[in-house]
Amino acid sequence: MKILLITEQREGKWNKVSFETLAAAQQIAQQAKGTLSGAVVGKGLAALADELSGYQLDEVLLVEHDLLEQYTPDGFSLALRQLIEGAKPDLVLLPHTYQVRDFAPKLAASLQKGMIGDCIACRYENGKLIFVRQMFQGRTAADVVFTGEPAWVASFQAGAFRADLAVKHASGKAPVKPVSVDLKPEQIRTKPLELFREAKQAVDLTQAPILVSVGRGIKAPENIQMAEKLAKLMGGEISASRPICDEGWLPMERQIGSSGQTVSPKLYLALGISGAIQHVVGMKGSRTIAAINKDPNAPIFEVADYGIVGDLFEIVPALIEELEKNKPD
Amino acid sequence: MKIGVCIKQVPAKDAPLTIVEGGAWIRESDIGFETNEPDSYALEEALRLKEKHGGEVVAISMGPERAKQTIKEALAKGAERAIHVADNEFYRLDPLASARSLAAAIQGENFDLILTGLQSDDQGFGQTGVLLAELLGRPHATLIMQIEITDGRMKLKRELEAGWFQWVELPLPAVLTIQSGINKPRYATLKGIMAAKKKEIATVERASLGVPGARTQRVERIYVPQKTKKTEFLTGSPKEIAAKLIEKLKHEARVL
Repeated sequence: MKILLITEQREGKWNKVSFETLAAAQQIAQQAKGTLSGAVVGKGLAALADELSGYQLDEVLLVEHDLLEQYTPDGFSLALRQLIEGAKPDLVLLPHTYQVRDFAPKLAASLQKGMIGDCIACRYENGKLIFVRQMFQGRTAADVVFTGEPAWVASFQAGAFRADLAVKHASGKAPVKPVSVDLKPEQIRTKPLELFREAKQAVDLTQAPILVSVGRGIKAPENIQMAEKLAKLMGGEISASRPICDEGWLPMERQIGSSGQTVSPKLYLALGISGAIQHVVGMKGSRTIAAINKDPNAPIFEVADYGIVGDLFEIVPALIEELEKNKPD
Repeated sequence: MKIGVCIKQVPAKDAPLTIVEGGAWIRESDIGFETNEPDSYALEEALRLKEKHGGEVVAISMGPERAKQTIKEALAKGAERAIHVADNEFYRLDPLASARSLAAAIQGENFDLILTGLQSDDQGFGQTGVLLAELLGRPHATLIMQIEITDGRMKLKRELEAGWFQWVELPLPAVLTIQSGINKPRYATLKGIMAAKKKEIATVERASLGVPGARTQRVERIYVPQKTKKTEFLTGSPKEIAAKLIEKLKHEARVL
């Protein structure tokens, strides 16, 4: 099996999920007794290609072009299609980033192939690769297999594999091979403009030792006060899942998850958060996780150390009372 | 401007899910369904663009008969008409077959703009918008937080990861996937609900479109995931639970 890993960088800096997918690709290559090539795509990336070549790979493919300096879905799809048609891999693996979501389905379709996206695991059984992905917001998992002829395209969710398990090259470095692609300016319909961040963040949730986080279960904006009181008594900050910030009940800067901040406090208390994957990737590294949810099957309990199945409107006031009782005067 | 918006009906958020024997899909008989929340942001954005620039909004939904409820909601909110791509077993389609079916059903419409939600809350493939763009030969952009249209070109604010954004420009016609939170979706008014009764829903049987089913991938089995972490569940009255949790956090986990 020939495996092609497509890494991601922006302005010469790695998207670190690339190395998680590298670890996944190495593990699959080992199990399936395959070869592994790693592609670096952009412009002026010799240093990144050199860094990647220090890992256990058969080769690093350096795909550079003036029109790849800035990401566009047209540019990347056209370039990678040429790379795939030339290298003829059986399996193309990518990190499931926002950028990959933006172009990889298009790339696969342009090759008349399908993509299994956002996978959390992969097993190699009886000569067959079985990909695991979540459905119903993490409430169920699904085993998915490719049908038909390769190339097969799959992406792995952030946190699905450990980047620190990526194996370094056994004997020096893998060869770096430049790959030329043919792109014309008129093929690129998107004009990328400036990158920017919104106003400076007032709170840095990554530094908070304790986070009390609210989800849909909080039901109304006026109920957030109760959670804020609990956070204050615990010496922590308030945070939220995406729907709460979408509603404007808390500012976007308090959002935890794939589109918000990634945190690992010593305590994460989830109130009425079901635990959709987009949220869990942002908090599953917390040292201790406690969750209160009325649904015993809520996926948040899969990552929780302490679980409480019940009504948060009864339990949070009881927690506040308990903490106030023990507070030194 | 002629805007198509793809909307999907999915199980209600609090619906208790059980899986059918063999794991092919969930048991649909006893649960409620609702409009996929990310799609309601796309619909709202389509309606706002129409109100600003004129034109019409056409709601497009693929699914069994029950999907009509979601279509009627879109019509009640202000879409002019709808296309229902009917298929009782559409959950068997892979992302490419879904997109090919939708593309075939709307081919003759020549929309100036097609909007979709970010992903569906059931299968969560998150590919339909991008695939539609490729199949229809249109440019696309995803995770859109703001749309400005002047002289046939769009200036779009895209959300990237970790608090980053980017402005991009795109010509029309195009396909956009809308990030949740871009707007505040409206509720249907009584007047809107009454008006919707007279609006047209064109039903197209998916089977009549000549698009084959899943060809690139197959879901072998859906199941409840195994726990990776041992969760200690605390029980009792709220007061007892609160005392236990504080005790555990202080003396067992030592985080308070």
